[in-house]
Amino acid sequence: MNMNPITQELLGQVSDLFGGPIGGAYNIREDGDCAGRQSTEHVKIESKLTQPGIDILVDPDTVGETIYIPAVVTHTGVNDLVYNDFYIGEGADVTIVAGCGVHNDGGSEARHNGVHRFFLQKGARVLYIEKHLGIGDGSGKRVIDPKTYIEMAEDSYMEMDTTQIKGVDSTKRESTAVLGKNAKLVIKEKIMTHGDQYAETNFVVDLNGEGSGADLVSRSVAKGTSRQLFRSRINGNAACNGHSACDAIIMDNGVVSAIPELTANHVDAALIHEAAIGKIAGEQMTKLMTLGLTEQQAEEKIIEGFLK
Amino acid sequence: MLQLKHISLTAPEDGKKVILHDIDLTVGDNKFVVVTGPNGGGKSTLAKVIAGIMTPESGQVLLDGTDITGHNITQRANEGITFAFQQPVRFKGITVRDLIITAAGRQLDEPEICGYLHQVGLCPRDYIDREVNQSLSGGEIKRIEIVMAMARKTKLTIFDEPEAGIDLWSFTNLIDVFKQLRQQVSGSILIISHQERILEIADEIVVLADGHITAHGPREEILPALLDTEGGSCAYCPRTGREA
Repeated sequence: MNMNPITQELLGQVSDLFGGPIGGAYNIREDGDCAGRQSTEHVKIESKLTQPGIDILVDPDTVGETIYIPAVVTHTGVNDLVYNDFYIGEGADVTIVAGCGVHNDGGSEARHNGVHRFFLQKGARVLYIEKHLGIGDGSGKRVIDPKTYIEMAEDSYMEMDTTQIKGVDSTKRESTAVLGKNAKLVIKEKIMTHGDQYAETNFVVDLNGEGSGADLVSRSVAKGTSRQLFRSRINGNAACNGHSACDAIIMDNGVVSAIPELTANHVDAALIHEAAIGKIAGEQMTKLMTLGLTEQQAEEKIIEGFLK
Repeated sequence: MLQLKHISLTAPEDGKKVILHDIDLTVGDNKFVVVTGPNGGGKSTLAKVIAGIMTPESGQVLLDGTDITGHNITQRANEGITFAFQQPVRFKGITVRDLIITAAGRQLDEPEICGYLHQVGLCPRDYIDREVNQSLSGGEIKRIEIVMAMARKTKLTIFDEPEAGIDLWSFTNLIDVFKQLRQQVSGSILIISHQERILEIADEIVVLADGHITAHGPREEILPALLDTEGGSCAYCPRTGREA
């Protein structure tokens, strides 16, 4: 693939793609255009006809494939909006890597809004990995507002690992999921904000099927004067299990709010929410310093572990 | 060699106000010294003063003749002092492997880490990649704390009540661990303990009560009187002793 160095750097960091040959299916989106695409025998990637974006069609019983769909915004003044729909066939088991990188070296905003919808057929399994990153020295904001909708049929399983470690000035994530019988959803979110950044997460999960379950876990660090809001809403509409946890470290003048909302509409719905927000424990620092680390190294070690 | 000269300090310990009065103590090279005495007598405070976690109001701490009184925790750790906590600290996301490597201050290969875990009775396969978090029991995390001290191999290793919070089975093994530690670590070991079986393997015993060192000498000299509590307490506890 022939691409500019900023795209290469962003792709490398958000999706482990470095421009070399890739075996699996992929679609690379650069400043609103397609910069490369490949389908495989069992994974078809097609452009949408009526709106920007792609359909990703995974055949039933496709096992072990990894699909890369990174998106990058490389300069200021770009406002990219994309709709990607994933159709995962019955019994398929695939990994989807969907990083998003925004580079802004100018004074205007650079924005990527991805709307991703997942439709998992019976027994399908998906590991969805998403990394968000902002780079560049411009004064313009780097903004990523992802929306995710997940529809899960009987016995399907999805794990969504999202990471946003640096450089994104503002993010507002909306994730909605509807689960059928025995479907399981696991969401692991890691966020670090600094400066005056803002990150908001909204999860809404409807546990409609008997035996369905959801586990929503957020680990976050808020430094500087940054602010974070974690809101999780779980509706237990059948005999089901729902758990959400917000675990946050605050530093400097960082602010974190956790707002759970659990609604049990069925007598056999078991729903739990946990939240722990606080600064790094002094005894953790002391312990690592007795092992020879400086105060700064100890702090880095604790955060690195916490967000690992 | 560690020397404490005229150390005095007022600090909270075990919910009480503890005062260390003019403490003079020398721990010689390669010695195995056990500090014992009543709760709230100042033992943990003394250990924290040596590790740099607490600062004395007066007095000096010398390590191999160098005055380290003004040195911070990190400096002292790098100068050769290790401190195993009475209540080990838990970390979300940091694994047993991470902590042991951090303690050693260098990359360790897997067999080396497994060797340490094996020594304290933890099956390496089950523990090496476990997070050092709330999922570990008191006994498990205590043993990991001991492994960290072993991996550091410093000239002075302090254990604050290593027996606290561990079950009887682990305790029996703990004695063996300390016996091995004596052979492996070329340095001095200072253990705060109430346990007779730990006192039995000491070279020297120090009794600290009410912030004073009331006895310090070879085990053969101190231990018999410590164990003779016929009058309700031993001869070294000043206010509750038999003569009181």
